[in-house]
Amino acid sequence: MSTVFIALQTNEDTRPIIGAILDDNPHARLNEQPAMVKIDAEGRLVVRRSSIEERIGRDFDLQELHINLISLSGNIDESDDELTLSWGA
Amino acid sequence: MAVAALRKYEFEPADAPAKFHGAQLLYVGWEDHLMFCAPFAFPLPPTMPFRAMVEQVLPGAFGYHPDFARIDWAKAEWFKSGRPWTPDFDKSLADNGLGHKDVIRFRTQGLTGIAGSCS
Amino acid sequence: MDMQVAKKKLGLKERYQVMTRGLDWTPSYQKMEDIYPYAAYEGIKIHDWDKWEDPFRLTMDAYWKYQAEKERKLYAIIDAYAQNNGHLNVTDARYLNAVKLFLTGISPLEYMAHRGFAHVGRQFPGAGPRVACLMQSIDEIRHAQTQIHSLSNYNKYYNGFHDFRHMLERVWYLSVPRSFFDDAVTAGPFEFMVAIGFSFEYVLTNLLFVPFVSGAAYNGDMGTMTFGFSAQSDEARHMTLGLEVIKFILEQDPDNLPIVQRWIDKWMWRGYRVLTLVGMMMDYMLPKRIMSWKEAWEVYFEENGGALFKDLARYGIRPPKWLDQISFDKDHISHQAWATFYQYGAAAAFNTWTPNDEEMDWLSQKYPNSFDKYYRPRLEYWREQAAQGKRFYNKTLPMLCQTCQIPMLFTEPGDPTKICYREVDYQGSKYHFCSDGCKEIFEYEPEKYVQAWLPVHQIYQGNCFPEGADPTAEGFDPLAEVLKYYHVEMGRDNLDFEGSEDQKNFDQWRGQATKNA
Repeated sequence: MSTVFIALQTNEDTRPIIGAILDDNPHARLNEQPAMVKIDAEGRLVVRRSSIEERIGRDFDLQELHINLISLSGNIDESDDELTLSWGA
Repeated sequence: MAVAALRKYEFEPADAPAKFHGAQLLYVGWEDHLMFCAPFAFPLPPTMPFRAMVEQVLPGAFGYHPDFARIDWAKAEWFKSGRPWTPDFDKSLADNGLGHKDVIRFRTQGLTGIAGSCS
Repeated sequence: MDMQVAKKKLGLKERYQVMTRGLDWTPSYQKMEDIYPYAAYEGIKIHDWDKWEDPFRLTMDAYWKYQAEKERKLYAIIDAYAQNNGHLNVTDARYLNAVKLFLTGISPLEYMAHRGFAHVGRQFPGAGPRVACLMQSIDEIRHAQTQIHSLSNYNKYYNGFHDFRHMLERVWYLSVPRSFFDDAVTAGPFEFMVAIGFSFEYVLTNLLFVPFVSGAAYNGDMGTMTFGFSAQSDEARHMTLGLEVIKFILEQDPDNLPIVQRWIDKWMWRGYRVLTLVGMMMDYMLPKRIMSWKEAWEVYFEENGGALFKDLARYGIRPPKWLDQISFDKDHISHQAWATFYQYGAAAAFNTWTPNDEEMDWLSQKYPNSFDKYYRPRLEYWREQAAQGKRFYNKTLPMLCQTCQIPMLFTEPGDPTKICYREVDYQGSKYHFCSDGCKEIFEYEPEKYVQAWLPVHQIYQGNCFPEGADPTAEGFDPLAEVLKYYHVEMGRDNLDFEGSEDQKNFDQWRGQATKNA
């Protein structure tokens, strides 16, 4: 199966987001690089709004991700609650 | 194939021979000596004797290489557009059949660059 | 009067529908093909523009909100960096040359991308893609501006940053990125989208921005890091758009497949050639390195691109051509490119150097199949010669590839000791290429590439001297005159880093910053 990834800047905004992603995707691998992280996952990766909100204690709009997003791969499906990356094959 | 276009698509080539003030372009590469990163481009009169090209033009371009002084030109192998070819040193470039934007290369047997690395 | 019931806010999907659909009208007194003259001539057939969907479902209102937030962050960091003399915190002043190359070779492409997307956005008959192109067009001008603003700080202290706009249309190596983009913007709107939206943004931009910008952070360049990541936060959206473009076109009509496949083959190769410059920046120009060009290629192209093309196989798309060669060449192109800039260092707008021992060892370790065998001997020889006062400056102009415009420095697939020569006879003239890829691209559209403004040929035609220069005058020095035409100042902007003004100034200023003079 192919790998999808999401890369984020490392700062105080993304610390809880990265934590939430790693919690929600136990199969994901964290790859730390200067000033950024790349999270790789086989097949599928989900970013869940509720998990982020739990950590930051306020409402979170998934589109806020755009501010600190560096890159990603895979087909994207975004709703109000989840952003999913996946490869069909 | 042709460019997809809405109207007639025809433009003059940027490097037509007439634009070089009487010179024509000749490209020359030295095999196994990639310290010179690419073949050279020279604007030369078509009437220039091949020997003058070898003796007066090439040293300025390739002379920095320690192998250059060791070349035995009588034994150099020549290629034109990649195929073996024998120039007549006493004839002009044109009489050797070299036209605008032709490419020639030479190989110097036994000389393979810095420490044999083809550099 | 009805009571107004407080409505729940629209969800993401509904909001996207409302903001990107029904914005059009059907013309009554003009023909559709007159309003959108470029929509059909490339042969791409679209039946239902409303099938277009932006997976992020970003709408203009949200767009402005998040972009404003990004700008605030960016300028706060840039100000802090400048106020704190952050330029003295970069690892060493050699690093700045990578940034000079970025400003002169890459930032202008951002501006060209802005123009390209504005044009294409106007030409598509569908409102969904028009909105997406509008956002991307604004993104791209933002990238050009933020890069210029960030790097203008360096222009106060260092050489080579002073005239990128002028250089772009003149300097020999800048014709490579420029001609790449000129090729794209002079294509039709669909080809432009596949060229830039898909091939460049989706498949190749990660290689440009992610490891290099992370490398900038690692080398203490907060300015580049912040504009780089700020741009990259838009790239994630551009990549998504690029992928959506391909899927949308392929789902619309089976006749579109061969056209799209040919564009993918062409533009992957064109983009890959341009990235040679980036490979060189990563392997030779970052004093502290995070990953080699080859490693970056494996992660971002082979792994990630491989997954992408596996996914696209369901549409009948196969991986781009010439991958075998690309895979072999990853051990070689960065070294071949640096050797080129080193020897033509008198004609470049930045400083060059030979790597030190520690850097050569790093290169040996990262390139066990190639560096010691082919490239170390060359570099060590040059270093010895330079120590004896005979620094190599190649003063004879190189032969260029007609398509990519790079000097013919690439080697045969499978043999790094042989320059790769390819040629074509077209209408009584010879045209030369660095590779099968560049040759095939030419053969498909020769009418386009015979117009190429090849810097070497232009110099020989006498078109690259300052006004009033007389090439027939006694003592005419062509290199000196070409440098004047480039606005490159001899002895300041060019030549070796060792002994350069940048080197001296940086050492002195850093000394002042860390000690009481």
